[in-house]
Amino acid sequence: MSELNNEFVIEHLKVKFGDAILSAEVLYDFLTVTVTNKEIFNVIQFLKSDETINCHFLTTMCGLHYPDAKESFGMMYQLHNMPDNYRIRLKVFSSDADPIFKSLTVLWPSANWMEREAYDFFGFKFEGHPNLRRILNMDSLEGWPMRKEFPLEDPFRMDKDDKMFGR
Amino acid sequence: MPDSNTIIPAKEYTTLNLGPTHPATHGIFQNVLKMDGEIIIEAEPTIGYIHRSFEKLAERRPFYQITPITDRLNYCSSPINNMGWHMTVEKLAGIEIPKRVQYLRVIIMELSRISDHIICNSVIGVDSGAMTGFLYIFQWREKIYEIFEELCGARLTTNIGRIGGLERDFSPVAWQKLNDFLADFPAGLKEFDDLLVRNRIFMDRTIKCCPISAEMALDYGFTGPNLRAAGVDYDVRVINPYSSYDEFEFEVPIGTNGDTYDRFMVRDEEMWQSLSIIRQAIAKLDRLEDKTSIHADVPEFYLPPKEDVYNTMEGLIWHFKIVMGETTIPKGEVYHCVEGGNGELGFYLVSDGGRTPYRLHFRRPCFIYYQAYQEMVKGSMLSDAILTMSSMNVIAGELDA
Repeated sequence: MSELNNEFVIEHLKVKFGDAILSAEVLYDFLTVTVTNKEIFNVIQFLKSDETINCHFLTTMCGLHYPDAKESFGMMYQLHNMPDNYRIRLKVFSSDADPIFKSLTVLWPSANWMEREAYDFFGFKFEGHPNLRRILNMDSLEGWPMRKEFPLEDPFRMDKDDKMFGR
Repeated sequence: MPDSNTIIPAKEYTTLNLGPTHPATHGIFQNVLKMDGEIIIEAEPTIGYIHRSFEKLAERRPFYQITPITDRLNYCSSPINNMGWHMTVEKLAGIEIPKRVQYLRVIIMELSRISDHIICNSVIGVDSGAMTGFLYIFQWREKIYEIFEELCGARLTTNIGRIGGLERDFSPVAWQKLNDFLADFPAGLKEFDDLLVRNRIFMDRTIKCCPISAEMALDYGFTGPNLRAAGVDYDVRVINPYSSYDEFEFEVPIGTNGDTYDRFMVRDEEMWQSLSIIRQAIAKLDRLEDKTSIHADVPEFYLPPKEDVYNTMEGLIWHFKIVMGETTIPKGEVYHCVEGGNGELGFYLVSDGGRTPYRLHFRRPCFIYYQAYQEMVKGSMLSDAILTMSSMNVIAGELDA
């Protein structure tokens, strides 16, 4: 095992990217770093190419939607350094109605379908993606199903309304 | 000698539509292939035919109602998905599970790993023309399903266990069936191995069939047996042990060149290792003083027994609160991963303290690695592409979520 730990990574990121690192916290043993949209690609590229940190594996990514927040849309990325078994989660948020993030397909071919999935469900654009179109839903679907305002079923149904439960 | 008037026709390719419902694809996958004779020039996969919007559904369901959704991800090994989900919620709520339950869970998960690999490996045999092994080994999957039926009442989509433990203890019949299985399955698996492992036709068909290098496999997000076949010894059970896997002794088999034969052999060896893990778990259970507990003491998550619900006020209240989603759920976000039948199955759960997850994302291994398929089959024969598809263990339910 190397000296790789959360403090080491946070310090390196802060030295290299300064103000672009908005926050870093440990949630359930999992370092979660929030980065500005401008620098997220560079941060991920740095984490992948740095010899000590060596987060060479893209575990997963997914879209996030917090309608009440100022920056309501976001992406979550999880990277993994397998030899040292070190995992890190990165988040990026955007206040745009139709946010654009930089595509990771140049770093990992596996990002291709995961970004298509995020596009399919949230409508995020990925700059530099070779083939950004819907993947699981039909092409004729209107709207972005995983956004919170998209109704799951008949919106007039009352029996599952939170109001009925005192919330 | 062609004279100058001879016109050489431009190369013509055939477009071949493979799927979506073709018996050789074992699921609903469509591939539009550009063929030069029998050689694949290009493949264009289309997925999503059985998409059921699990992530959206999960945002409107209490935690205990999400377990049946996870059944339908990789339905060849549903119990692993169920347990993975339970452990995710247990991690969020900080629930400590009794050792006995952890070992019982290990037994269930390893049984379902065996049933998953039985399907995948025997189907590789079928696609290379060997029906016999499939017909014989499938009886053993039946026996595993009989054990599951005894443990939870269901066979395929099991909904096994509960958040905080197991729904019921192993009955004497379940133990009997499990012991019979452990006694008889090695002979059945040995017979299957004898039919295929050193079979000249099978080896000729699968060795060097659509190999993938370790670097490429990692870049494409491979995990599980497919990654190990390429030579990377990554196994979630070892690297991030859950459910006391760190107490078990087992080998992580790896291949060398990541071809169809290696994928077959890795799964084959994993079945033997799973058998050994089950035996170790039974031995550990015998040594344990605790012979009865089947759940942690968490009344806010674990449904009380029915006789309590009908006869005591306390039981009725807890039952009502759990079913109506009135218990306190901690806020936070957590990622938990388990070694599924075909790779790292991850659950990324964001909870805002409400009745349902705020966001639940499934890391579905075969969704991520299936995108390498079009690269792997380029330049190979159509029949090799069919074999590769079955050897990658792509399960439509998990692919499409």
